[in-house]
Amino acid sequence: MGVEGKTGNPGVVTTSLEKLVNWSRTNSMWPMTFGLACCAIEMMAMQASNYDMSRFGMELMRASPRQSDLMIVAGRVSQKMGPVLRNLYDLMPDPKWVIAMGDCASCGGVYNNYAIYQGVDEIVPVDVYVAGCPPRPEGLIHGILTLYEKVKAEKLADWK
Amino acid sequence: MNEFLQPVVEKFKTEFKAEASEFRDEVTLLIPAEKNIEAALLLRDEFGFDLLSAVTAVDYCPQKTPRFHMVYIFYSTSHKTYLTVRAGLDGESPSIRTLEKVYPSANWREREVYDLFGIHFEGHSDLRRLLLPPDWKGHPLRKDYPLGYEEVQFTFNFKEIDVRKPKGEI
Amino acid sequence: MREIQEFTLDELKHHLSSKAISGETVVLNMGPQHPSTHGVLRLILELDGEIIVNCIPDVGYLHTGIEKNMEAKTYQKAEVLTDRMDYMFSMGNTLVYTLAVEKLTGLKPPPRADAIRVILTELSRIQGHLLWLGTSAMDLAALSTFLYTMREREMILDVFELVSGARMMTTYIRPGGLWRDVPAQFESLVRRIVKEIPRRMIEYESMLTKNPLFLDRTRGIGPIDTKTCLAYDVTGPTLRATGLAHDVRKANPYCGIEQYDFDIPTQTEGDCYARYLVRLEEMRQSIRIIEQALDKLPYGPVRVPNYKFVPPPRSEIGASMEALIHHFKLWTEGFTPPKGSVYATVESPRGEMGVFLESNGTPKPYRVHYRTPSGPLLHALPVIAKGHFVADMVGIIGSIDIVMGDCDR
Repeated sequence: MGVEGKTGNPGVVTTSLEKLVNWSRTNSMWPMTFGLACCAIEMMAMQASNYDMSRFGMELMRASPRQSDLMIVAGRVSQKMGPVLRNLYDLMPDPKWVIAMGDCASCGGVYNNYAIYQGVDEIVPVDVYVAGCPPRPEGLIHGILTLYEKVKAEKLADWK
Repeated sequence: MNEFLQPVVEKFKTEFKAEASEFRDEVTLLIPAEKNIEAALLLRDEFGFDLLSAVTAVDYCPQKTPRFHMVYIFYSTSHKTYLTVRAGLDGESPSIRTLEKVYPSANWREREVYDLFGIHFEGHSDLRRLLLPPDWKGHPLRKDYPLGYEEVQFTFNFKEIDVRKPKGEI
Repeated sequence: MREIQEFTLDELKHHLSSKAISGETVVLNMGPQHPSTHGVLRLILELDGEIIVNCIPDVGYLHTGIEKNMEAKTYQKAEVLTDRMDYMFSMGNTLVYTLAVEKLTGLKPPPRADAIRVILTELSRIQGHLLWLGTSAMDLAALSTFLYTMREREMILDVFELVSGARMMTTYIRPGGLWRDVPAQFESLVRRIVKEIPRRMIEYESMLTKNPLFLDRTRGIGPIDTKTCLAYDVTGPTLRATGLAHDVRKANPYCGIEQYDFDIPTQTEGDCYARYLVRLEEMRQSIRIIEQALDKLPYGPVRVPNYKFVPPPRSEIGASMEALIHHFKLWTEGFTPPKGSVYATVESPRGEMGVFLESNGTPKPYRVHYRTPSGPLLHALPVIAKGHFVADMVGIIGSIDIVMGDCDR
């Protein structure tokens, strides 16, 4: 990209500001640990050494919402937990994204009853839904890479 | 029935006029609900049932007497046997005395039964909801409480359900 | 959507001491979202400086209504919901439900099915203990243990995937036997695990057992004695670490486990370090059981041919009319056990797990109640944690090994 192809390698890169900002956002996105139930175990397996997440920039998971930009809702959201989820989403600073991991977070999953929210998108806006019960770690990595594609296509004005 | 449980059943029949039944090698005793503390004390002190494994309830809804059955499952670590004791309860919000003083583990178990069935426990130190939010109305595991499921939106009922769905930004 | 429920000091005053009302002690919320509470557990701590005076657990943040949902489905369909309760021992949840259904209907699975059930449940126990070891060591800042144990855990999940297609929620153990027979590579994979895990466990022991930092953070922390355990109905490794050798596999054996030779490890102090040693030894005993079961694995069918309750094999459906009719009935209406109630138990890594199943002669279960071991552990937590520092709280919760899906169902 830019003029360095013509003049050798002077150590200069030219790009648009939007592409630079989006690139930096994807390369070091820190998720918040929101593991609720069984999907959390697969999320932990994804963080461990077999399916390493550090190679995609998620070296560590920040427990504090003030320091994270991605919320992976892993597990079923019950009636008592719903307001807590919304509160934590509101505490996260912009720009922020949400991945609904697993069937219970996407659509209520196996449980169609009084106690579970039928999909976490009743409470927070979701960017990527990952299907599976629980999804394999490769499935979640595919979901995260899909989110990266979405972020790279964003405009700066989306997050005023 | 093994020889350890035989004297227990005899004692229960004479003291509480219990009805004993046996199904698949398990003994169940049906006692009147007012005698639950005496029965528990007898089992703990005289016969050595040191664990109260489970406390739960069953709702026989359209049937009025009894409407509920309280089920207590006792276990003896020395003789390795289970014993199920049931007590029948009637009415919309029945009440029974708490077993908390005899077995401290009954505290949370009875809170859960109160939460899900609405059975009051007299003398309980802290009777509030355990699993559901504190302002929830109703007791879910009763048979007349609906499951609360979301109806699936097929093509034949698409428009009726679409009208009821909330729309807009979060 | 509902509002967040806040407790006022007034509502909790019969739990807290009078110093909290006057302001001498601080009431702190260790909320449902926390890096080291395993799952969604909320604790309300009353602190005098750094010392815990009182601790009130608030559960219910994962209440799923599984018991009510199971009443609305047939016996076969309800089994899918059982895996997801104690998600660290999913084979065991299905096993205890299947044992209850088999007790109710009078089915007896063939010996090959029993042996494979034992192998899979013990593998599930090892996998659960490995995850416990990884996460509780990570809470005490031994981060590398987590990466090592997850590596071993992947080997066990490979076996589950080979046998049933899913890594965690398998629904492989069904009433009457198993879903289908194990493939040919099963034995070689399991033998590899049996050889590797004792070697790797020497690595974990060398990292933690004599480590002075680990000893400082776990010796003498969170003690409990046998009388309190029995009063609060605490079973499992927590009870065995106090000295009482009570294990459901020896006391009320299931699936033919009495033919295998194994010991029950116990310790006497009852603190976090004792629980750690008991669980490590339990992993070794599980390897022993798996080795014996593999050596003695009998040939034969894996399902009882009682087609009133168990689906007939697909090859027969094209050939025999009765098989087709039984298949149709099982899939549309489901099977109907006789009236009555049973209670079946299994030893889970946390304690005794039991199912109380009552049937009234219809194809749907009338009442299913799970007696889960994590509830009593949380009930006893205020007694265990009193007088310790806040930093020890994390170590204590890690060592008693609770799973919130178990507690809230």
